[in-house]
Amino acid sequence: MQSFDLGKEGLRALNSALHGLKGQTNMTDWEVINPKGAHAIAAGVDAPVDITVRGSTGYYCAGMNKQATIRIKGSAGPGVAENMMSGTVIIDGNASQYAGATGRGGLLVIKGNASSRCGVSMKGIDIVVHGSIGHMSAFMAQSGNLVVLGDAGDALGDSLYEARLFVRGSVKSLGADCIEKEMRPEHYALLEDLLKRGEADGKAKPEEFKRYGSARKLYNFNIDNAAAY
Amino acid sequence: MSDFPHTPPRYSATFTPAVNAEIRRAAASGIYDIRGGGTKRHLPHFDDLLFLGASISRYPLEGYREKCATDVWLGTRFAKKPIHLDIPVTIAGMSFGALSGPAKEALGRGASEAGTSTTTGDGGMTEEERGHSKTLVYQYLPSRYGMNPDDLRRADAIEVVVGQGAKPGGGGMLLGQKISDRVANMRNLPKGIDQRSACRHPDWTGPDDLEIKIHELREITDWEKPIYVKVGGARPYYDTALAVKAGADVVVVDGMQGGTAATQDVFIEHVGMPILACIPQAVKALQDLGMHRKVQLIVSGGIRSGADVAKAMALGADAVAIGTAALIALGDNDPKLEAEYQKLQTTADAYDDWHEGKDPAGITTQDPELFKRFDPVLGGRRLKNYLKVMTLEAQTIARACGKNHLHNLEPEDLCSLTIEAAAMAGVPLAGTSWIPGRNGGY
Repeated sequence: MQSFDLGKEGLRALNSALHGLKGQTNMTDWEVINPKGAHAIAAGVDAPVDITVRGSTGYYCAGMNKQATIRIKGSAGPGVAENMMSGTVIIDGNASQYAGATGRGGLLVIKGNASSRCGVSMKGIDIVVHGSIGHMSAFMAQSGNLVVLGDAGDALGDSLYEARLFVRGSVKSLGADCIEKEMRPEHYALLEDLLKRGEADGKAKPEEFKRYGSARKLYNFNIDNAAAY
Repeated sequence: MSDFPHTPPRYSATFTPAVNAEIRRAAASGIYDIRGGGTKRHLPHFDDLLFLGASISRYPLEGYREKCATDVWLGTRFAKKPIHLDIPVTIAGMSFGALSGPAKEALGRGASEAGTSTTTGDGGMTEEERGHSKTLVYQYLPSRYGMNPDDLRRADAIEVVVGQGAKPGGGGMLLGQKISDRVANMRNLPKGIDQRSACRHPDWTGPDDLEIKIHELREITDWEKPIYVKVGGARPYYDTALAVKAGADVVVVDGMQGGTAATQDVFIEHVGMPILACIPQAVKALQDLGMHRKVQLIVSGGIRSGADVAKAMALGADAVAIGTAALIALGDNDPKLEAEYQKLQTTADAYDDWHEGKDPAGITTQDPELFKRFDPVLGGRRLKNYLKVMTLEAQTIARACGKNHLHNLEPEDLCSLTIEAAAMAGVPLAGTSWIPGRNGGY
């Protein structure tokens, strides 16, 4: 394992080394110590490597990740795994606001709670939150899946498009154009897979969840919907 | 019948026929008017400024013999690879989706041949524009449509878009008629919906966050790319200062004459400030921070000619950007197509229903039959010609003012024709030394 002391060597040296891992490499295990809440740790990685950050991270850890598996052995600041393309990000603690924002692929697992705007504008990412999520989560979410084992805050899924939201606990309120939808067999199968990949299969069962999605009433302008905008 | 003359009909200056027509349209449809382009109202503009030219106190340069340079560096503050352009007239961001693929190709061709940059838009980067643009600026927008690290790295610069002049505080809009399969796929959206882009970025709020966001983008691109911050002309002094504080290499200020693909008419006409009022405030912010010329300033919104370029630069801009003018150069709104504009209940030079996707010129459309009409090679040549003419015009004026580089133009080379322009531009009213709002003068 390659151990990198962020406190001594600095962020630029870390990201430069990680960006240098083009294509295939046999240096696949990395450990980052002394992260001390630094921003943009392991942002822009594009290699099938395994990176463990021992501590909590600042903004945008694993931003735009491709291929890598990034484990945060602490909590993550705002925008963790923003615009992730592929790979996996697993957070042992909590995640601040905008977790997984605009993510296009890959899997984000948050073992604690996530703050507001979790999955905002998500575009294909899968997010599994073992705890609860804050207000305005999945705002304008376009595609992908958001699984929440706990509760959701106000205005869940406001103005969302085709993303699928699964919540086991309570939902404080639904946002504009977001409605509860029927759980069909394919959704149970999907959830079972997501719970397994999200390391939550022992914690919850698919049949305990409700599904939320777009009513598709705001997809085209209509004056009769003016009050919803 | 009286023999006295009948009182002739008199139109109201408040309830004009145009105002009444809009009231009737709103009453019939129940929806606000949506259109493309920028503001159409009369505003204080570059036309209200004149150059003084050389006289006894200043020597002019010989028009056809003495050099007047036009190049510009952008992104010299932090980027490892700043951009060097031959001319200070760049092509503003316009989305694939709003424009057809061939139109984006033509912009790339024309800009590259003229030695300048072009810019993506709210739809991601297309192969047409990357392939044909020697220097391509990649916009980082609230919607993040098409955003990915590979395109970030193959861009020559990154422009974080906070706002635009046509709609400061508003998000984009692309109506269903233009959401083709390709556009829908690039934006991860269902085909045919009326798409609303976010007005705020999803993962940062305020200047302190912006600084961290810019830092992330620099890390992802290994500090190579210049990072621009684009703001709509609303509070240019503070927005420029905050963009500099957040770490921008380049600040782009877009006045309310700047165009949009589609927005509410009420937004276009009633929000924002004219570019003439924006430039001096942005320049003052840079000067107050000791960053003028270190952080470059690009201004846009209503730039039409080399005279406008020269005036913007005399007020302190490092470069300008054009959008609407570039589309007209490509062939938009050409009177040759008048019969087809008539079918759309409009007329050449007034056509602004770009959101409907029925552009007879094949530029602001996603209809393959329409954009087949547009020749990107010819369009690119026309844009190159236009950019060259603008540059020659600006050089002509600069030489007359005794300047051997466009960047040497200065406010002292100008006078104002109106009190409004004098106050906004900070340039004395012609024949006086009076700048309204400032002490002294005669």
